[in-house]
Amino acid sequence: MRYIEPHAHMVSRVTDDYQDMVTSGCQAVCEPAFWAGFDRSSAEGFRDYFAQLTEHEPKRAAKFGLPHFCWLCINPKESEDVKLAEEVLALIPRFLERPSVLGIGEIGLNKNSRNELKVLERHVDLAARCDQLILVHTPHLEDKFKGTRLTLDALRGDRRIRPERCIIDHVEEHTVRMVLDAGFWAGMTLYPETKCTPARAIDILDRYGQERLWLNSACDWGVSVPLSVPRTALEMRRRGYSAERIDQIVYQNPRAFLSQCPKFHLAS
Amino acid sequence: MMTRQQLLDLYFLEARGKLIEVAAFLDRVERGEGEADFRLAELRRAVTILSRPEADKARQVLMALSDPTTEPIPTATTKGACGAWPSGGN
Ligand SMILES: [Zn+2]
Repeated sequence: MRYIEPHAHMVSRVTDDYQDMVTSGCQAVCEPAFWAGFDRSSAEGFRDYFAQLTEHEPKRAAKFGLPHFCWLCINPKESEDVKLAEEVLALIPRFLERPSVLGIGEIGLNKNSRNELKVLERHVDLAARCDQLILVHTPHLEDKFKGTRLTLDALRGDRRIRPERCIIDHVEEHTVRMVLDAGFWAGMTLYPETKCTPARAIDILDRYGQERLWLNSACDWGVSVPLSVPRTALEMRRRGYSAERIDQIVYQNPRAFLSQCPKFHLAS
Repeated sequence: MMTRQQLLDLYFLEARGKLIEVAAFLDRVERGEGEADFRLAELRRAVTILSRPEADKARQVLMALSDPTTEPIPTATTKGACGAWPSGGN
């Protein structure tokens, strides 16, 4: 089996996870910028984080023969402070030129506040000006439906944004349709308790087909499973999916989306 | 597409186990002391969706536990989410 892990926060994981992922057939890992579990005290904390994502983590992954790519932004949980967000946004352009940066992400909303929306729009503007791909985080639990709607409105409100260059992540049964109908890509995150389980993600594939959909573990410092994509591939086999169809979903789909950035390339 | 029989063979025990977990959870909360917050009423309301006939129950449960409003809130005062929204039965 071969697969791409399109959303994993490897700075929070141990080297055993790298080893397990590569052993399971992982061909590339992509790491969106996210919340550290605590608020950073200044923009300088983000400068260091962006250096970690673009310099240190690719080297750590390379020790296991795994190509590592990343996305940059200030995450929605720290976007209530617009002044801090503006300072961080000003840092991003110089990092965008680095060889493993795929685009702007994971941006989006958390509690669906006005300031979060303002900062989301600034990121969308930056992505449009710099011709970057976009990866969007949608909110948790009761906030997801509303936040997905507001996010789609914000993206559609900017005429420069092409939906096929944006992935809206963490969709579930109540949000997947609006994302796909609007022409965006949709990501399904496989978590043990929240978001999608493997069985539910496959239900969504059964119902909506496999176009513009991908799977990810979004593994981080919380309860999450770095091998959830290959484990879901095993579940797909139990559900009668052919090897070709599984390959389409866990390898070819993410490769197709990510290859819209010329910097994304695989070892083979 | 798998047959109903195949799907039962694959998932029945898992679903049975999860259903008993929900029942035991409700019993546990009822045996507890003090007032419950809105999450209990919202969960009870969501449970009734399970007996509906149409094959759209996961989406409907998610919607029953979602904020249906459309306007951004003035300020985010917390970072977390609790998993239900106080609909008050509406
Ligand atoms: Zn993430």
